[in-house]
Amino acid sequence: MGKFWSIFFIFWSIVAVVAVAISPAMGWWFPTAAESPLGEQIDDLFFLILYITTITFIGTQVAMGYVLWRGATNTDDRAEFSHGSHSLEVIWTIVPAFILLFIALYQIPVWEQFRIQSHFPQDAVNSPIAEVTARQFEWRIRYPAPGRVFKGKSDIERWLKQPEPGDLYTVNDLHVPSNKPVLIHLRSGDVQHSFFIPDLRVKQDAVPGMVIPVWFEASRSKAYEWVCAELCGWGHYKMKARVVAESDEDFKNYLHELELEQFDDGVPELADSSAAGEEEVSE
Amino acid sequence: MSTTHPTHLDSVVGDAHHAEHHHELSFIKKYVFSTDHKMIGIQFLITTLLMLMVGGALALGVRWQLAFRWSTMPIVGEWLFSGEGGQISPEFYTMLFTMHATVMIFLVIIPILAGAFGNFLIPLMIGADDMAFPVLNMLSYWFMWPAILCFAFALGLGPESITGVIGGMNAGSAQGWTSYPVLSAIAESAPGSQMAQTWWLLAVTFVGFSSMMGSINYMTTIINMRAPGLTLFRMPLTIWAMFITAILQAFALPVLTAAGFMLVADRVLGTCFFIPSGVIVNNADPTTGGGQPLLWQHLFWFYSHPAVYIMLLPAMGMVSDMLSVMCRKPVFGYKPMVYSLAAIAGLGFIVWGHHMFTSGMNPALGMTFMISTMMIALPSAIKTFNWIGTIWGGKPQFNAVFLNCVAFVSLFVVGGLSGIFMAAVPVDIYFHDTYFIVAHFHYVLFGATLFGVFGAIQFWFPKMFGRMMNDTLGQIHFVLTFIGMNCTFFPMHMLGIAGMPRRYADPYLHPYLEHLLPMNQFMTISAMVMGFAQFILLFNFVYSIFCGEKCGRNPWNANTLEWTAPSPPGHGNFDIPPVCYRGPYEYSSPLAVDKDYLPQSEYIPRKPGEKPGDGQH
Repeated sequence: MGKFWSIFFIFWSIVAVVAVAISPAMGWWFPTAAESPLGEQIDDLFFLILYITTITFIGTQVAMGYVLWRGATNTDDRAEFSHGSHSLEVIWTIVPAFILLFIALYQIPVWEQFRIQSHFPQDAVNSPIAEVTARQFEWRIRYPAPGRVFKGKSDIERWLKQPEPGDLYTVNDLHVPSNKPVLIHLRSGDVQHSFFIPDLRVKQDAVPGMVIPVWFEASRSKAYEWVCAELCGWGHYKMKARVVAESDEDFKNYLHELELEQFDDGVPELADSSAAGEEEVSE
Repeated sequence: MSTTHPTHLDSVVGDAHHAEHHHELSFIKKYVFSTDHKMIGIQFLITTLLMLMVGGALALGVRWQLAFRWSTMPIVGEWLFSGEGGQISPEFYTMLFTMHATVMIFLVIIPILAGAFGNFLIPLMIGADDMAFPVLNMLSYWFMWPAILCFAFALGLGPESITGVIGGMNAGSAQGWTSYPVLSAIAESAPGSQMAQTWWLLAVTFVGFSSMMGSINYMTTIINMRAPGLTLFRMPLTIWAMFITAILQAFALPVLTAAGFMLVADRVLGTCFFIPSGVIVNNADPTTGGGQPLLWQHLFWFYSHPAVYIMLLPAMGMVSDMLSVMCRKPVFGYKPMVYSLAAIAGLGFIVWGHHMFTSGMNPALGMTFMISTMMIALPSAIKTFNWIGTIWGGKPQFNAVFLNCVAFVSLFVVGGLSGIFMAAVPVDIYFHDTYFIVAHFHYVLFGATLFGVFGAIQFWFPKMFGRMMNDTLGQIHFVLTFIGMNCTFFPMHMLGIAGMPRRYADPYLHPYLEHLLPMNQFMTISAMVMGFAQFILLFNFVYSIFCGEKCGRNPWNANTLEWTAPSPPGHGNFDIPPVCYRGPYEYSSPLAVDKDYLPQSEYIPRKPGEKPGDGQH
C-alpha cells in the first residue's frame, strides 16, 4: 500500500501543476492581460512569484514523493536514527530567506507608484478627473465643471468639501481619457466599499470618513467592468458599473453632452446670444 | 508491529488504577460538570465535531447558490422560502457565509485544537495528574454554550420575542466574520446589522472568555506541572505548540474583546468609536461621529492574525509528533522546529496590516507589513523541510494517521506558497477580496489544520476511549476528503486569478465572470462529496467508542508520557507517576535493544565509563 500512497501524493501534485498550466487556455485566468502600465508591472510580479512558487511546489512535492517511496520500500530493520542536520538547517533557512527578501524588496517601486502620493503622476494629481462616492449599491460620480481649472491643492480640497454649481453628476458610468494617468477622489457615503477594475488591476477601499486619491491609466479605449470588492450589505454583488476610457476628444464630447443633459432646458436661445448661452448656464 | 493487546502492565496494575481510590462520582459530576481534563477534552471534541457539521452545512448552502444560483435550495428553500419558490434571498446568502466562517473559526477550529486536544493532551503528555485549575477548565467548556446559544440567535434561530431578531434567518448576522464597521455598527445598514449583530458580538465575547480561561490554564500547567526530568527541551512539539498558542491567545485576545465591547457600545450606547460623522445609511439620520472605521480593522486583525496561528500551530505540533511515531524516527531538527514555532508566533504579532493593504491606511505601513509578512513564510518553510526530513529514511506505516499527516504537509505547502502572492502588496491589490484569498485560507485551515485534526483524532482515540478507530474507514474518509477538498478549493485559485470577488450572491451578473459557472458547479459537487465523507468520520468515531478493537496502553509504540498511562486513564491519569529521562523522539535508537522505541520514562542504567547524559538527551 505504501507505494500506492506515494504515487497518490505525487499524482495530486501533478494534477495541480497541469491544472495551472492549462488554465490560461481554458479561460480560467486573468480576464485579459493588464491594460494599464502599472497593471503590467503587477502582472510581471505575479508571474515572477508564480514561477518561484511553482518551482518550490514541485521541489517539495518531489521530495515528499521521494521520501515516501523510499519509506515504502525500506527493507531495513530500523529507521535511520538521526536527529537532523545542522548544515541542512542552515541551507534551508538562508536560501528561502534571501528569496523572500528579494521578492519583498523587488516590488517596493510598484507599490510606491501606486500608493505613495509624492510618487503619483503630478499632472493627474493637479487636475482630478472626478469624485467617486460609493453608496449602497451604486457609484455616484461628480465631475468638476468643464473648464474648471484647479489652482493648487487647497483649491482641490475646497472642491472636495463643497459641491460647485457647475459640477456634473452621473451614476455607475465613469468616463476617463485613455492613455494618460487620471486621478479620482474616492469616498463612501455610507458603509465601506471597494473600487475594483479587474482589467486595470486597480483596487482601493472606499472608507467612510476618508477621501482617498486613486490614480490609474487605461491603455486602451474601451469600456471596463467596474465592481465592488468589499462586503457592503446584501446587494454587494449588484454594484455593477463601468469605466469608459476614450480619446481626449471623445471625453470632451461626453462631458459636453452631460452638461447639456443636466443644464439645457431645451428652450432655444435668442440668435445673438446662442454662443454665450451655454457658458452662462454653466456658471 | 503495534501492540493492540493489553500489555502485562495492565494486568498487573490495571485493576487498581487511580480512579478506584476516589469515591465514585455521580453521573453529572463525571460526564457533565466534570473537572477532569480528559472529560472536558472529550466534551470539547464531540461539541466541535458536531459544530463542524453545522459549519459544513452552511458552507454547502453557500456553494449551492454559487453553482445553481437562485434555484430552489434543497431543504432550506422549501422550509424558509416557499413563498419565493425556494429561491433564497441575497441577505440570506450573506448570512450563510458569515455564519459559516464564524462557526468554523470560533466553534470548530479554535476549540478543537486548544479546547479538545489541548485539554486532553497537555496534562497527559507532561505527566501531570490534571490541569492546574480544574474548575476554571470546566468553566472554559461551559462558557462555550452561551456562545453557541448567542450564535444561534445571531443566525436568526430562536423566538423573536427573546432575541429581538426580526425577520428570522434573513436577518441573521451578515457582516462577514470580520464585521467591518460601519456596516456592522449602524443597524440600518443591512437586515443582519440589527439585533443579530449584537448577539454575534456577545457570542464572540463568550468564546473569548472560554479561550482565555483555557490559555491561562495551559500556560500555568505547562510551566509548573511537568513531570520530574521533563525539561523544556524534552517537551514533545505538541506541548511546545500548545504552550506558544496559549501565549498568543493570552496576549492577543484582550484586544478583540475590547474592540468587541467598543462596537457593542457604538451600537447600543451611542458612542462613536468606529463611526465617522455625516454618514447617511439607508436614509437614517446622519451620524454625529468622529470615529474611525479603520480603527476596528487594526484592532480586529491585531487579534485575528495571531488567531490564524492559534488555528494552525497546535496542528503543526501534533503532526510533528505523529509523523515521528509513524515513521519510527526522531523528529528532524527538534530545536529548529521549536524556534520556528516561536518565530511564527512572534512575527505573527507584527503582520496584521497585510489584511489592510487596500484599506487606505498609510502606504508606508503597507511596506513594513509586507516585509514582516514575507519573513513569516520563512519559519513555515523551515518546518515543512523538517517534516519531509522526518519522513526521510523512516519506516512509515501507511495508516490513516500517517496519510492525514502527509496530506497536512502537502497541502500546507500550497497554502503557504499562495500566501506569498498576497504578501506582495502590488499583487495583493488585484487579489485582495477575491477567491484567491478564499483558496489560500482554506488550504491552510482545511488542508492543513483539519487534516492534522483528523490524524490526531485517529491517533489519540485509543487513549481517549481504550479502543482503536477503524483504520479502513479512516482511510476511506481520508481519500474522499482529500480528493473532495482539492477539487473544491484548488479551482478557487483560478477564480481569484479571473478576478471573482468574494461574498457575491450572484457573480454571474458580471459578464467577465459568466464563463466560470461550470467550474463553480464542479466545485460544489466536490464539496458535497467532501461533506458526506464527514459522516464516515462521525460513524467511525461513534462506532469505535463502543465496538472498536480494544487496545493496551501503547498501541502505537510511542515514547511520550501519555502512553504510559492506562487507556483510558482513570481519574488522576497515571498509576505510576512518570519520571522523564530523555527527549520524546528516541525512535530506532541504538540504546533500545529489543524494540525500536525508547519511552521517555524508561530508565536505562548507565554502562560503566559512559558519560552522564549520553543517549539520554
